[in-house]
This record gives sequence, structure tokens and C-alpha cells, in this order.
Amino acid sequence: MAMTMTGEVQLAAPRETVWQKLNDPDVLKACIPGCEELNKTSDTEFQAVATTKIGPVKARFKGRVHLTDLDPPNGYKISGEGDGGVAGFAKGGATVALTDKDGGTLLTYNVEARIGGKLAQLGQRLVNGAAKKIADDFFQKFAAETAK
Amino acid sequence: MSATGIGAPVRRKEDLRFITGKGQYTDDVVRPGETRAVFVRSPHARARIKSIDVSAAMSMPGVIAVLTGAELANDKIGNLICGWMIHSKDGSPMKMAPHPALATGTVNHVGDAVAVVVAETKGQARDAADQVKVDYEPLPAVADPAKAQEHGAQQIHEVAPNNTIYQWHLGDAKATDAAFASAKHVTRLDIVNNRLVPNAIEPRAALAEYDAGADHLTLWNTSQNPHVARLVIAAFVGMAPEHKLRVIAPDVGGGFGSKIFIYPEEVICLWAARKVGRPVKWTAERSESFLTDAHGRDHVTHAELALDGEGKILALRVKTIANLGAYMSTFSSSIPTYLYGTLLSGQYNIPQIYCEVDAVYTNTVPVDAYRGAGRPEATFVVERLVEVAAREMGIDPPELRKRNFIKSFPHQTPVIMNYDAGDYQASLRKAMELADVKGFGRRKREAARHGKLRGIGYSTYIEACGIAPSQAVGSLGAGVGLWESAEVRVNPTGTVEVLTGSHAHGQGHETTFAQLVSERLGIPFENVSIVHGDTDKVQFGMGTYGSRSGAVGMSAIVKALDKIEAKAKKVAAHMMEAAENDIEFKDGKFTVAGTDKSAAWGDVALNAYIAHKFSGQELEPGLKETSFYDPTNFTFPAGCHICEVEVDADTGNTEIVNWTAVDDFGTVINPMIVEGQVHGGIAQGVGQALLEGAVYDKDGQLVSGSFMDYSMPRAHNLPSFTIGLTETKSPSNPLGIKGCGEAGAIAAPAAVINAITDAIGSEQVLMPATASTVWAALERANVARQAAE
Repeated sequence: MAMTMTGEVQLAAPRETVWQKLNDPDVLKACIPGCEELNKTSDTEFQAVATTKIGPVKARFKGRVHLTDLDPPNGYKISGEGDGGVAGFAKGGATVALTDKDGGTLLTYNVEARIGGKLAQLGQRLVNGAAKKIADDFFQKFAAETAK
Repeated sequence: MSATGIGAPVRRKEDLRFITGKGQYTDDVVRPGETRAVFVRSPHARARIKSIDVSAAMSMPGVIAVLTGAELANDKIGNLICGWMIHSKDGSPMKMAPHPALATGTVNHVGDAVAVVVAETKGQARDAADQVKVDYEPLPAVADPAKAQEHGAQQIHEVAPNNTIYQWHLGDAKATDAAFASAKHVTRLDIVNNRLVPNAIEPRAALAEYDAGADHLTLWNTSQNPHVARLVIAAFVGMAPEHKLRVIAPDVGGGFGSKIFIYPEEVICLWAARKVGRPVKWTAERSESFLTDAHGRDHVTHAELALDGEGKILALRVKTIANLGAYMSTFSSSIPTYLYGTLLSGQYNIPQIYCEVDAVYTNTVPVDAYRGAGRPEATFVVERLVEVAAREMGIDPPELRKRNFIKSFPHQTPVIMNYDAGDYQASLRKAMELADVKGFGRRKREAARHGKLRGIGYSTYIEACGIAPSQAVGSLGAGVGLWESAEVRVNPTGTVEVLTGSHAHGQGHETTFAQLVSERLGIPFENVSIVHGDTDKVQFGMGTYGSRSGAVGMSAIVKALDKIEAKAKKVAAHMMEAAENDIEFKDGKFTVAGTDKSAAWGDVALNAYIAHKFSGQELEPGLKETSFYDPTNFTFPAGCHICEVEVDADTGNTEIVNWTAVDDFGTVINPMIVEGQVHGGIAQGVGQALLEGAVYDKDGQLVSGSFMDYSMPRAHNLPSFTIGLTETKSPSNPLGIKGCGEAGAIAAPAAVINAITDAIGSEQVLMPATASTVWAALERANVARQAAE
């Protein structure tokens, strides 16, 4: 099933700082809820392991994340696909854009994802809410990281 | 009528054990050393399997084996089959793609099994299943049957170009077209018969055990027809020779068709049990049931009805696309053809009918028989068309029906069936009286004062049950005969065991079959036991589906009882030193005609076994007879259901406020059980009409895959039913029974939708008619009305 989500976050840090943090695996690892591993395999690729729970389905996703459309320091597209074993799979991506605003940076994101297997079967009513919460958690932590 | 004989509302014998938790279902059977199986299933609707790595799973605690399709193929275990051959209109045979019990190469629906883990406990098997690494290359999927044949659609199976299994037709196309050309009025409808998930209360289960010493396999499973399961697993899957395989279907908690079929899981449990040398048990979780039990219905239809100026039907033309899912299930090919097209004449004298059905593959769970199986789909087409035609022509809907009813029997329809008995006017008349149709106008005005739109809808349905004459179905492509068997064993003490090929999974056979024996032999109801569901006990039988157990299964018992009576008379003649022809049998007593000599049933039974009164040359000892009964025709239960609804004009929420059902089931053995079957059938039909819908997204993910998103009917969705019976006996079986198991589910959907569309004044309501669907139809109708004004 398909899922879309858009949002924006106002960050206090300048655009260059935000861009740099967006490309720092340690920062991303600290911010992604349930992230156990995030290893850079090239300048634009990561291997990731993350555990997430959506309704009755708990899944440990293993997957690859890659960055495309790199436009420093204005934005990129981050895409990935994760295999959650018996829980199913998720794949998709987000375009992230940075603009100067009110002395800080406005980050806007646009997510398109597809999920399948048990996640789609059992969790579909909960997926949008769960995804929004994951995004909110991520940006709350990310805002704190950029303020460091 | 005795208190326990035919026609008595005897309480169900079996309910004591069911409601006190003493039932023995497959999952309750525990064998020494039993292991548990968990299947690894595809999360993709369609994907190529690049590799399967079982090494991590094999090293998990408690794991005994992890098996894949490659090993299944190595062991030369055959594919599952569809047992009813359908030919396309060009004469070519249906395109049956291979259906291995574990997928190899490609998975074709979400839930397709790719591997099985066998472990000491279910928890260990589940944990290990999570560690089986399947590398998939996802491929585009086709989920929508209406798009499966489109140019450029993903081809699912090589053998079936354009995803088309067959293009079948029935009737005379030319004559039908000619009748349409002469018509004064043509009613046209686009119909979707929504896809349903069966949801029997007991999930499917299988337990297999291998006896290496005897080289013999035993399977306990949730089956409506254990002998057919054994035959298919032996002869087609090639698991073991038929005499080396015993299939036991113990208590089964509901089937509704979904437990007729031979599924991958039972095959795999048998195979795995022999491989690991220990019993292997699998019980579906509810979410697995959603993804693996054969679904029902799923038709997309365009239908047209031609009438003359007086509302007399001239012809019917139907074009249907039937979704059979990713693989052809056991009887799937017959449902949208010979159980659908043949019923399109309804209760009406229709001179010409032409029906075309394209069956298609999609990347969805296989689709097969579900309560009514083809007949609900046919009834929905006919009863919606007739209702809409009446509204369009300004004729009262029951009046248009009356003008077209078949009134003399036998009646040969243009679509194979020969109706042998019925009185459709009688059931319509009685239903209209019981429903107080005359008072409907007053009730409608009263509802309007409360902001409610009240509507009335009719469904004068017919179905073909008692399936079926073997020669007839054989000529139509069936791979099996559809007779039934019975064995009546009279014990030396006069108690009776009946072994039947029918299978009970909620129908109450232990009660109704015992009523028949009690009445016929004049012995206490308690002295009769019904044995079923075990291939080692019961001679070959065809099982229970298509409302056949009364009409066919009980007829076989009648035939065996005839033989018992004849033999017992011989014994009684020797006992009383009289001529066999002078022996009369009545109310459990044998008398010599014109004398006061008599012998009780129990004495005759004992004498049959002690054999002191006759020599072995004169008469064989014992009192046990068998019969195989093949019916002479289908039976044709029919009736009239009238539904009244109130639609909330602001929200579209529909409440069913009155329901009247008058059915002609022929002879009724137990009116309480018949009433229960009617109640359950209506509830399932209302479920289809208002609530249930299996929804796949365009990627082939089942997004209504749990009870959070798939709504089953509940008590509060239903009114208290008003139920009546009319009776014309079926001439095609000795008891005059027609069958009652599916009628409610067949009649109900059209009655509900006819009522809703009457209430809101728009025909554009798809099933399930949820509040949002009805509200949207109301809005569209309002917009159209305003535009017209």
C-alpha cells in the first residue's frame, strides 16, 4: 500500500550546519527512532538496521539507504528499502529541501513510501499515524542535534 | 409425527459437546512427539525468488527442519489441481498453471508459501521463520480482475496469455440478440459482486503423522470432504497410495465452502511428517486465514434484460469477468460457470439467455466456492435487473415478477437446468402477507417524519442444490461423481450406527440423520449414532457442500435402510416361521400379517447376529447394509425474501428494520435447524451487502486483512427475522428434500440492495453498501435531481 506524508520543520541552525548534520551518519543514527546500526558504505550509501512497532506488528528492518539529487546545501533525496522479514517490507523515499528562514533554516520533506506483507495487512490503518510519529520523533531529536 | 422423527424440532445432540468445550477439533488432537510447523510467506504480490537462505533458521533453538519448494520438487511431490475441466467457447481447455504447495521461482500472491519451518514448539518455529532469508526481486502485480486482460498487463502464468483461464459461454447468442432487437425496453446494469473472506470460526489446521513401520500416513485436517482430500493427495499430489493414507476430519468449526479445497498446508504437513519422522501440526493464525483461505465471489458483470411493452421478459444477456486469483483452487473453475450461468433464469420463464464468462488470474488469494457458490452471484444479477426493470417501466416489482414466474413444471430453462417442482407465486404471496407489504406506505411516511428514507426490496431467488447427478456433472467437466454413500450398522442389541460420507461442520447431521433413522426404524433417537469424517471408518464419500447432505446424503441412508428392512424381514420370517412376504414392519415391530405374532426390533437384531433360527445356507448372519445414492436431478430450493431498510438521509447509514423470508425447501427434517440455517445464511448475505469487502490495493496488498478492516455482520446489524415456509416436494430424491444451507446467503444481497436503492432513489450502490457508499449515492442523486430542475 502507498503512503505519503509531507511536513516542515523550522530549525534554529544555519543552512550549512543543517546540511552537514543531514549527511552525518552518527547524527542520523542518533535521531532515527529504533536505529541500531547505520554504516556508511560509500559517500551516498548506508547500511541500516532499525526496529519499529506499528500496531500489532513489530519489525526489525534491515536495508540500504542511498542519497541522490544531492544539491548542497539545498537538499537531497533520501531513498531506501527495508526488509522486515515476516513483518513485510517497506520502500520509498523522501525529498528534503532546505531554505533560509527567520535567521534559521526551514526544512521541508515530502515522503512517498510503499509497504507490504503483514505491515500492510494488519497495520495499514495505523501506518500513517505511526509514520507521522516517527517523523516527529526524528525531527525533535534532529533539532536538538543541530542546536549543539 | 413422533417427538424425535421427521419434522420434529429436536434439540441438537452435538451442541452439548460444542457448548461445553468438549468438541475435538484438529488443533485439539495431540500426538506423541508432535512438532509444529510455521510457514514463511511472501510479502509481495508477485516476485521472483532469487535465493532462499535457511542456514540461520536451521541453527535456531528447537528447529528440526526448514524445507523449501526445491526439496518438494526433488521429492517429486506433485502440484495441487483444479478438478473441474471447463472448455472455452473456441473449444480449448482451461489454462491451468502449476500450483506447487511451496512456491519455486515465482511467488504469485501475498501469503504464497515459500518455506516451512518445523520446530519443537510453535514459538521456536515462528522465531526461526523470521530468520529464513528470502531474496525477492519484486515484479509488477495485477490485482484488479477488470484490468487483468488489458494489453500490457503483467502476465502472471506463461500458460495463460492475457491472464485468461477460459472464455466460457452458455446459451444462444444469436437468438438472444434477436430477442433484444425486438424488445420494447432494455434494462442495463453494471454489477460488482464483492470479494469476500470466508472467516470460519475455526481456522484451518492440519496434523500429519507417519508410521514408518507400516509405511502409512494419517492426516487430521479441517475438511468438508476427507475422502476427496485423500483421493487428490494420493492420486494427483502423489504423496502416498490411497490405501496408505488415512484422512480424519474431526469436529470442524464451520466451512462455508472454504474447507472443501485441498490446500498447500496439509500437503506440506504430510510431506514434512515423513521427512522428519515425527508428527507435524499446523494451525492457521487468523491473519494467515485472511491470506490463504480461498476467497469468495469477485465478479465484474455487465447485464442486460430485454422486455416487451407489458413487462414480459424476452431475453437476458450477461458478460462476467470472474477473478480466480493466483492459482486455480480445487473447484474454482465450476463456480462462475456451471453453478452461475445455469441459474440465470431465476424463477422466470426467460425464452433466451446468453452468458459469457471470462475467468482471469490475478495476484490475489485463490477464489473458490463460498456459501452459495455462483448462485448468489446469479441471483444478484437477475434480481437486481428485474427490480430495476420494474422501476424503469413503472410496474410494481412483485407484479413484474408474477408476470414472468414459471408456473408449470417440469420447466426446461435455456441454460441447462430442468426445474422439477416449485410454486413461486405461493412463496411471494406468503412473504408479502407476512411482511405486511400493504402497510409499507404508512411505515415509509412514518419514517420520513424522523428523517429516515425507508425502502423495500424483494429477492425471489432460486438455487440448484443436492449436487448432483454424476452423469450430468461428468458431461459438464467434473472430475468426480457427486453421489453419496451410507452404511447402516445395526448392532446385536438393536442400536444403530450410521456411517455417512456427508461431513458435518455445523449443520447438525448427528441430529437430523438420527431423526430419519428413528422415524424409519421406530427406535429411540438416542439409540442412533452418526459416524462421519474418517476414511478408515466410512466407505468413500463426497462430503458436504452445495446443500447436498439432506438431499443426497440422507437419501443414501434411506436406501441403506430399505435394505436393512428387507434383510430384517427375512430374519423375522425365520424367527416367526412365516413367509417373508407376510412380514410387516411398523413402529419398530415386525408382525406376521393377519396374526398376533410379532417380534420387536431388538429381538430381530439379536437374531440376525446369533443366527440360531436360520442356517448359513438360507441367510447370511448380520445386519449391515451399504448404499451409494446418485440423485436423478439437482434440487431447486426457491423462495422470496423481503427486506425493509431505513437509510439516514444525513449520514447514509442503513438499518435493516424488517426481514421476511419464505422458503420452499421441500421436506423439512428439523424445522429448528432449518430456521438456524436460514438465520445464518441471511446474516452472511447481509454481511456481503452491507459490511464485508476484501480490498486489494493496486500493488496486490490485501489492505482488509484483519477484523480491524474487514467487517463481519454482528447481531446488532440484523433485525429479528420473520420466517415462513412453503412446500413442494423435490421429486428427485426419496425424501422430497431440497436443501436449506445456502438459501439465505443467496437471497439476501439482492433484497438489501433493492431496498436501499428503493429508499434513496438511485441504482448506483455498490456492495458493501457502507454508510459512505450510500451517502455518496444520495449526494450524486441529489446533484442530478438539482441539475434536472
